Amino acid sequence: MPYLTGGLGDDWLETICAVAGAGADAIEIGVPFSDPVMDGTIIQQANDRALSEGATPQSILAAVSGAAADIGVPTAVMTYVNIAHHMGYERFASSLATAGVSGCILPDLPLEEVGEWAGCADAAGVETVLLAAPTAPDERLPRICARSRGFVYGVGLMGITGVREELAASATRTAARLKAVTDRPVLVGVGVGTPAQAAEVCEVADGAVVGSAIVTRMLEGAGPEGVAALVAEFRSALDAAHS
Amino acid sequence: MGEPSADGRFGDFGGMFVPEPLVPACQELDRAFRSAWGDPAFRDELDRLLRDYAGRPSPMTECPNLSKELGVRILLKREDLNHTGSHKINNVLGQALLAQRMGKTSLVAETGAGQHGVATATAAALFGMDCVVYMGTVDIARQELNVFRMRLLGTEVRAAETGSRTLKDAVNEAMRHWVAVADTTHYCLGSVMGPHPYPWMVREFQRVVGEEARCQCAEILDGGVPDVVTAAVGGGSNAAGIFAGFANTSAELVGVEPAGGAAVGRSVPGIVHGSRSYLMQDEWGQVLEAESISAGLDYPGVGPEHSHLAATGRATYEQVSDAEVIEAFSLLSRTEGIIPALECAHALAWVSRARAELAGRTVLLNLSGRGDKDVDQMMGILG
Repeated sequence: MPYLTGGLGDDWLETICAVAGAGADAIEIGVPFSDPVMDGTIIQQANDRALSEGATPQSILAAVSGAAADIGVPTAVMTYVNIAHHMGYERFASSLATAGVSGCILPDLPLEEVGEWAGCADAAGVETVLLAAPTAPDERLPRICARSRGFVYGVGLMGITGVREELAASATRTAARLKAVTDRPVLVGVGVGTPAQAAEVCEVADGAVVGSAIVTRMLEGAGPEGVAALVAEFRSALDAAHS
Repeated sequence: MGEPSADGRFGDFGGMFVPEPLVPACQELDRAFRSAWGDPAFRDELDRLLRDYAGRPSPMTECPNLSKELGVRILLKREDLNHTGSHKINNVLGQALLAQRMGKTSLVAETGAGQHGVATATAAALFGMDCVVYMGTVDIARQELNVFRMRLLGTEVRAAETGSRTLKDAVNEAMRHWVAVADTTHYCLGSVMGPHPYPWMVREFQRVVGEEARCQCAEILDGGVPDVVTAAVGGGSNAAGIFAGFANTSAELVGVEPAGGAAVGRSVPGIVHGSRSYLMQDEWGQVLEAESISAGLDYPGVGPEHSHLAATGRATYEQVSDAEVIEAFSLLSRTEGIIPALECAHALAWVSRARAELAGRTVLLNLSGRGDKDVDQMMGILG
């Protein structure tokens, strides 16, 4: 599942469609926020640039809504809780549903705080995906999995988003711990930056979320074809590993 | 001003809105603080440090010249006379002692004006801990003396180069840093903000200001309390500390914000940096950049307990302009021979503006820091 920052450049929507055509199973669309504390420099830059180009939650969701047929795979929005809070949880949830977005990831809304939002999302038919971290105690993981909808997002390492030289040992370990306590699909993100790393983590996990590597291409101006080519490399590596 | 609820809230404000990887660290800190705060040995050790190292109790100063000029009786709580020059040392010694008790070997902190950064660097030197302080590049330029102080104390100062490149962005960087190293590192947050337990814990570590002031006022005022207690509010730690000593009295509590950072003045709730509180933001919930002459108040949010005090009416919050602050900075220097930090000059700026309605009354003002760090900047403005 690739992550792309919404509103980044003139061709971000075409890029999402191209990425879907290149073999993405689903797409995570970032709605930029001014203070993304879970994100490293690449996605921070992407957020800042998209915001300076005038991206808003409304403009991104309107564009996604209009292109739903062309995208053709499930989408989830990733943003920070203040975007939803400011619009109002009910209104934000229904605007996601109206735009045809299946899921929502709010990384600064942990299990203890998720209730109010999750109630609104459930009512609107939007799946709230929760994060599970390598440091979560054993008793916490089943509670996270029980409240998560759609899939469970395993955080690959203790840190922020970004590409690392090697896949952290905590990525597969966290995936294995989650697989042991849930039937929901387990996707691992944060620190999964190359096709080989994605293949490695998917030996245990059901999928990988790749953000910074893809957003780097967007920031470099690779365009829809250039970004789709990278996604195709991830697809091939995963298919080869599972054939 | 008591304990927050079990979910870390003061009324509708507060909470623990952090990425999942930081939840265990915040919960560990909550347990550790509760245990330490109830442990007489910890309290004794902290009291000893505050006395022998930081120089507490800080005095209370009557201001005859200033009082005559304004027609308002003014008492100053002299946090500017603490070691490192501000109230920040109270909180930092508490957190460093707690970090040591938790077995942490490193500290990370954010700083705006540099006062909290210097205090943290000082505690790190004292406790033999490694220390990294994040500071926005804009603040590094306007507070270069404090940057040098931190480096002299053995701390690594890192630039926060994203966003508005001020205090808010330094907090972002400190939180990002902490996520990766929470097992060995304590995040020494400088104000009554952030996720639970920080707003509560930092207020408790600053409570000493209010408790001392309460006793000192009783002596000066024949057992009474001042009519008004006032303090500057950025995140709000010095205000929370002094308010805590008077919240259960008849004293009016007045927080003073910079006009360009008026989170309470605008009263729009938001969620950033771990808690729900009043927050300056645009129509889509993007956090706005605060603008103030004082780097220490250049923050678009405010501690959640202040939002609660404002919402319940127990405290009121006033806003002053940079021009009023500059005038107050000169006023206190000229009348009393005390050069205040630009932060607490905000509180005096409000007293000066409101002197007609305050006439004949007694105002306790928390002089949270000394102005040495601001002299260079003010030389450029006043010539």
